[in-house]
Amino acid sequence: MKFAVEVENLTKRFGEFVAVDSLNFNVEHGEIFGLLGPNGAGKSTLIRMLTTLVPPTSGTARVNGFDIVREANDVRQSIGVIPQAMTSDLELSANENLTIFAKLYGIPREKRKKVIPQLLEEVNLTQWADKPVKMFSGGMRRRMEIARGLVHEPKIFFLDEPTTGLDPVSRVSVWEMLARLKRERDLTILVTTHYMDEADKLCDRIAIIDGGKMAALDSPLKLKASIPGKNIIEASFSTVPPNWLETMQKLPEAAEVKADGNIFRISTNNGPRTTVELLEAARAANVTVASLSVQSTTLDDVFVHYTGHQLRDNLQTPSAADSPFIMHRS
Amino acid sequence: MHRVWAIIERDLRRFRRSPALMLMSMFMPLVQLVVLGYAFGGKIQNLKVGVVDEDHGVPAIKLHEMFQAVAANAKTFTPFYYSDKAVAEHDLRNGKINGLLDIPPEFSRKVLAGANPRIALVEDNTDQFSSSALEGALTGMMPAYNSPQVQPRVTAGATLAVVEVYPYVPYIQFLLPGVIVLAIFISAMIGGGIIFIDDKARGLHEGYLVTPIRKFELILGFTLAGALKAIIAGVVLISLGSVIAGIPDPLNPLRMMKMFIVVVATALALISMMFLIMVRVSDPLVPRAIFGVLNTVLYFPSGAVYPTGSFPAWMKAIAIVDPFTYSVHAFKQLVLKNTDLMAVSGDLLFLFVFTAIAMTLATVLFRRTL
Repeated sequence: MKFAVEVENLTKRFGEFVAVDSLNFNVEHGEIFGLLGPNGAGKSTLIRMLTTLVPPTSGTARVNGFDIVREANDVRQSIGVIPQAMTSDLELSANENLTIFAKLYGIPREKRKKVIPQLLEEVNLTQWADKPVKMFSGGMRRRMEIARGLVHEPKIFFLDEPTTGLDPVSRVSVWEMLARLKRERDLTILVTTHYMDEADKLCDRIAIIDGGKMAALDSPLKLKASIPGKNIIEASFSTVPPNWLETMQKLPEAAEVKADGNIFRISTNNGPRTTVELLEAARAANVTVASLSVQSTTLDDVFVHYTGHQLRDNLQTPSAADSPFIMHRS
Repeated sequence: MHRVWAIIERDLRRFRRSPALMLMSMFMPLVQLVVLGYAFGGKIQNLKVGVVDEDHGVPAIKLHEMFQAVAANAKTFTPFYYSDKAVAEHDLRNGKINGLLDIPPEFSRKVLAGANPRIALVEDNTDQFSSSALEGALTGMMPAYNSPQVQPRVTAGATLAVVEVYPYVPYIQFLLPGVIVLAIFISAMIGGGIIFIDDKARGLHEGYLVTPIRKFELILGFTLAGALKAIIAGVVLISLGSVIAGIPDPLNPLRMMKMFIVVVATALALISMMFLIMVRVSDPLVPRAIFGVLNTVLYFPSGAVYPTGSFPAWMKAIAIVDPFTYSVHAFKQLVLKNTDLMAVSGDLLFLFVFTAIAMTLATVLFRRTL
């Protein structure tokens, strides 16, 4: 068994609608694999197929070496799953929630007594182990669910938007916990998220999914390097003289310029240099700079580049078809 | 099997934490038992009857005396005397009196002549219960009025002597079997319908489906957990209900044991019926919406509140397949007649076969995937 997860031409249709369109990728043992995509991209359907909740229309996948259709129960035994919805039993305590699931996984009593306190300790819930989950905050519930998903010591851990709806502090604590659990338990983690900054920091590799298709797949670093420019300059001007777009395009190191009224967005390979030249050009043309920001390329830019979806109304983004080379990487 | 127990354990723990909803399933039928039990079936009393005497003869005065006797003893009605027939008719139409007795002018003469004397009862028939009670009281009075002063030695006419096998059964006791079944039904409706679909909608079942639990274990766990809660409701009702309804020797251990068996059979039948109805439902509004309809369609045709003999054919058809009918019948045998189990074996057989069919269908229709 070479890969933790092998996906081959996996497709799911709901009537006419193709939610997942013949996906192919592999997940290596021990990596955190991020699935990024806009709402309705097919991320949840993909996770649900891999966790045996939804049967595929065609194609196959093997999870921990087991076929998701023919060996569904072996798959279930080797994975931990945190569904998108908060699925904890609110009336029961954290301890009881974990105990019930340990029993569903057929873990003998002696082992339960050892594993459950240990897991609650790992997610910092020992203090609240006997309190009903309905008294927990969103972050505490998620941590309890993470512990619940690990109660049978799975090899592969699936999380569908584990931080959606959590406050920033809880988000950070959930991700730190995942990173630590992965190290300590030698887990392979598949996670979907909306938060680019999180995916950037934590994922070893990221798959960008759009319209059920794979738009890009690589490490965050390589993905960022794959799109034009290292920095993004965003500048707005009080007045825009004729030919200003050309002026901007002629700035040294500028790779790509997009204009929307008075706002210009410039991809550059050398942020500081282009910025200085831009200010000098503005002074020479007697144009006042109303606002100016220089940023490193983020995963947001990568996301926009590959999916063609606008993050803000005032930006034009190239479509995924502009860079067909990335399609062959996986 | 340990997985089945995990599902049951979880459900019972939750039941212990927040029993409010399940307690309602016992409270509502008890309230219904007491209120309906006393609202229906009691003797109707204190009806107001207007009397217009246009005759004033001695035979008419004998009638007045009999009315007074009824008013003083059985209290079925109280006579109110009118001198003007038109005023009395007006009061009848306005609902001030329930009926109007008219003693016509020629009454005494016809009595003495033996010429088919008649008195007229004009009744407000919008309330059938009151009017038939009134008719009954007056019809019962007439033979007494007509009987000769001296009884003949040999009676020529045949008479009916009624022998009651059981002590008088007040309506509240007649209602008790239906109310026990109702409690089990509400409990199955809440546990197997509302809570089950709410859990499904909240994604709780998704959590179970990613574990290696098998389809049959899951269904068995849900069914047994639901049945256990319904049995608890049933046991409370057979004991507390018997006391409230005033069943003689209400907690007789042998009868309780026999009733417990019927409670178990009923709980299994109703919970498996509920799972069959809900097996493909995912909208939490559905069980709430069909609750009332299902309750009415199953409860009333079963003979729980009124004997099935009076029903139209389509309602009798419902009664034949309705598990309520058999449970109610079995409980009636045990509560009102304290029969042995053989007398209810047919009912038990139906309930167990019904359970087996519903469970099989639910298992076939149940989807292990989302």
